[in-house]
Amino acid sequence: MNHLESRRFVIGFIFLLVGLIFLIRLFYVQVIDDHYKLDADNNVLRKIIKYPARGLIYDRNGELLVFNEAAYDLMIIPKQVPKEMDTLEFCNLLEITKPQFIEKILKAKAYSYYKASVFEKEISSMSYAKIQEQLFKYPGFYVQLRTLRTYPQAVAAHLLGYVGEVDQSMVEKNPYYRSGDYIGISGLEKKYEEILRGKRGVEIQMVDVFNREKGKFMDGIYDSTAVSGSNITTALDISLQQYGELLMQNKKGSIVAINPSTGEILAIVSTPSYDPNLLVGRVRSNNYVALTKDTLKPLFNRALMAKYPPGSTFKSINALIGLEEEVLYPNTYYSCNMGYYFAGRRMGCHSHRSPVNLEYSIETSCNAYYCNVFRSIIEKYPTSEEGYEVWRDYVTNFGLGVKTGIDLPNELEGFIPQPSYYDRYYQKGKWNATTIISLAIGQGELGFTPLQMANMTATIANRGYYITPHIAKTIDGKPIQELDSSIQKVETGIAAEHFDKVVDAMAKVVERGTGTMARLDSIAVCGKTGTIQNPHGDDHSSFIAFAPREQPQIAISVYVENGVWGSRWAAPIAGLMIEKFLNDTISDKRKWLEQRMFDGNLISNTAKKQ
Amino acid sequence: MRRSGSFIDNVDWILILLFFVAVIAGWINIYAAVYNEEFQSIFDTSQSYGKQLLWIGTSVILAAVILLIDERFFSTFAYVIYGIVLFLLVLVIVIGAETKGATSWFEIGGFKIQPSEFSKFATNLALAKYLSALNMQFKTFKTKILAACIIGIPAIFILLQNDTGSALVYAAFILVLYREGLSGSFLVVGIVTAILFILTLFFQNETFNFPFEITLDGTFVLIGTIAIILLFIFYFNRAKKRIILPLVVILIGSIGLIKSVDYVFENVLEPHQSKRINVLLGIESDPKGAGYNVNQSLIAIGSGGFAGKGFLQGTQTKYDFVPEQSTDFIFCTIGEEWGFLGSLFVIALFMTLLIRILFLCSRQRSTFARIYGYGVASIIFFHFAINIGMTIGLAPVIGIPLPFFSYGGSSLWSFTILLFIFIKMDADRLEVL
Repeated sequence: MNHLESRRFVIGFIFLLVGLIFLIRLFYVQVIDDHYKLDADNNVLRKIIKYPARGLIYDRNGELLVFNEAAYDLMIIPKQVPKEMDTLEFCNLLEITKPQFIEKILKAKAYSYYKASVFEKEISSMSYAKIQEQLFKYPGFYVQLRTLRTYPQAVAAHLLGYVGEVDQSMVEKNPYYRSGDYIGISGLEKKYEEILRGKRGVEIQMVDVFNREKGKFMDGIYDSTAVSGSNITTALDISLQQYGELLMQNKKGSIVAINPSTGEILAIVSTPSYDPNLLVGRVRSNNYVALTKDTLKPLFNRALMAKYPPGSTFKSINALIGLEEEVLYPNTYYSCNMGYYFAGRRMGCHSHRSPVNLEYSIETSCNAYYCNVFRSIIEKYPTSEEGYEVWRDYVTNFGLGVKTGIDLPNELEGFIPQPSYYDRYYQKGKWNATTIISLAIGQGELGFTPLQMANMTATIANRGYYITPHIAKTIDGKPIQELDSSIQKVETGIAAEHFDKVVDAMAKVVERGTGTMARLDSIAVCGKTGTIQNPHGDDHSSFIAFAPREQPQIAISVYVENGVWGSRWAAPIAGLMIEKFLNDTISDKRKWLEQRMFDGNLISNTAKKQ
Repeated sequence: MRRSGSFIDNVDWILILLFFVAVIAGWINIYAAVYNEEFQSIFDTSQSYGKQLLWIGTSVILAAVILLIDERFFSTFAYVIYGIVLFLLVLVIVIGAETKGATSWFEIGGFKIQPSEFSKFATNLALAKYLSALNMQFKTFKTKILAACIIGIPAIFILLQNDTGSALVYAAFILVLYREGLSGSFLVVGIVTAILFILTLFFQNETFNFPFEITLDGTFVLIGTIAIILLFIFYFNRAKKRIILPLVVILIGSIGLIKSVDYVFENVLEPHQSKRINVLLGIESDPKGAGYNVNQSLIAIGSGGFAGKGFLQGTQTKYDFVPEQSTDFIFCTIGEEWGFLGSLFVIALFMTLLIRILFLCSRQRSTFARIYGYGVASIIFFHFAINIGMTIGLAPVIGIPLPFFSYGGSSLWSFTILLFIFIKMDADRLEVL
């Protein structure tokens, strides 16, 4: 025994110290620190998102409007891409250049080293077949099945809308979405996004270091299957829609056709339009930019977003309010001497016989008559403000100046001034019926959308109510009324018998008045022309109509910008639309008219003038 | 000959049991590490676990042979064995097969033999023989140099084979030398040198800003700090005259060391070695390159959690995210599939083995057996510390196996021989006069 003997304790101590340090470190790494477990999952688990097929959209006759086509996203997990991959061959395979390849790699790495991101989007089935054969050579890459929207008919672009990738703000707002997901951006695609999109599924696969699949994680207990989106059958009559777009070609304007008894939208045309297939897939962003730069604003949905003063078509409404307010009777006569004279001013009118009764006032569209009617409504009440409020309430009951509640996004309210608007303009108590007399003939501050005018027409056709207009008819076979409680019957509060008087007059308009261009031999059409004063150029041509007179099946509003008189463009187009819808064919007698509408070009006209 | 009790009574069954537990645990984990649905039989000799079973079988035979050989054979032929191994170490440089950049293998038939594995026990024998013959004269300069040569020559030959990891193992003998009388200051100097080396790596690329717009180089700050510490020691120590020389020597030594780090790092170490050290110290980050192994290894071990994922359920090792999973990184499989409990088991197993060897050393009558025993413990300890340390990011990636666990015939044979010679010596301890 010597002093060196005790050194065994030093050596033993060193051994135990290292063992203890290891245990502490292992305890930390294995028990306390969680991030290695996540890394392990990222290493070995690959979540394959099962994108559901987006719901299909049909027209009322079962015609397919929107369906899906397979496309493939090439995904990349940068961490798994070996340094020595054959980039040249890979670039050739994908038909991209080396700089593009480097840019994409850097982008993916910037997003995440461990998480998958899209390397190349929306590869067509054709290209995919070629890539798939070679893909095993490139660890870190795999494909994910996506679907792209396809529009076999290439019509109703505004209405159907389009689908695009979610933006960052949506990803942050709604936890369902992830970067790279598709979402409806406009039209029905946006409105029915949650119904159409279905439910995403996920399959968790295990992969080894060479990116080879090693089966399902935990035998698939964490997997979920994708649930396809619901199919929507719309109320649209796609042949009517198509016909409307043809009639409106080379013109700016809009047609809205509604089935008055149900509130179903039969057609919504807004021109100029575009082929919805332009906004699909890899070409979308380029085409989108081109469309936004187009001076004719093809992306602008005039049917819901353009406000026009209603013009003379609005006289029917004033007549109805007058009748209900008992300041007007069918046999009330006013004289008209080329206009209405008040406070030293004159509201002009065209030449027609005088005095005028209710029926003739609508038939001939007499301005003076409605100035009198409007004034008597307002002046029935102690103050102009009260009178105006009453009048305004009636108007809004027609769905004017309020949202109709159609199942499309971005609908405008239109505009009827509040009394306060005039207070600001003329000071409180300083305005009266004559100050705002242009409202009598549907001019002045009023601004309604073509949709609102069609809905107003449907209200007249129904003799006093409208049903919230809607495009979707059934979702997965279930009637929309059961699913959407916002579809309601809205009453105007005006008695049905008053409507009969106005309807009679509107029948006369088509029979022998300003709307004869919409007259059909077999069907009684009721209508009213409008000519909307346009300070920027030629007046706008408008026409509202419904048919048949009894049990109407279609109510329609037509706006043709710079079309001058309602009788020139809007009335013939409305007549042809009604004929097409009710008879399915255009009679030979009216073929010339149809041809004239097809050929009419008001866009190059305005272009010339400017 | 005074024989007290039979061999059965004298042999240390605890060590033999620990050996079997380690070897079998290793075999099971090799099976798990390379497990593949196609080859499910653990006895399939086309797979590494099947081969490992062959190695285990032959190791047991080797062990039995060693136990049958007379203990005196080892002390008598210690230098001869050492000489043969040195010859093989040189020979392998000339005619050896190259694997992963190192020419340390003989290829005979389908089998590969690594003489550097066997030089460990041979060196240990030679060192024990040399030191035991000294009769407490280890203090002379000449004996120290000779002992260093016995240890250093095989290490240098192995370095020449480009197998730095195996060469470093010989550093473990410093514990033996310490036990046999080497001044403790060697241990301290060794540790301090290592710390200074690491600190220099951290500091040399830094600059420090001091008040009055003085900007100093990192190494300068380090030297300054050491100087200040030494000044404090000098100031507070009463025996000023006695310590002034050592302090100056320490200061000059430190400056020399710090200034040479860059040279050693750039010129002595291979680029991949420098890189591994930098990655370990967190100076460089390279999760796909030099850091990949450690990163993946930590992920595998860390994902095991407390109780592990279960036998054959490890995904990181099974799907090859961890490299060298059946050899140098076998501990990852244990950590992943058996969790902290498995790690605890392995570490406890090694601790028990090492402490048991130390205990047996202290009951040896023969200096030769005692020194040999310390050598066994030191070598096993060094492998254990570096191997597990590297898998959990506490040591640089030096490719040396985990004794008894790692796949590989040469390694298992070598550790079996190393250990069983000691078991044999211990069993025969009472026969020593």
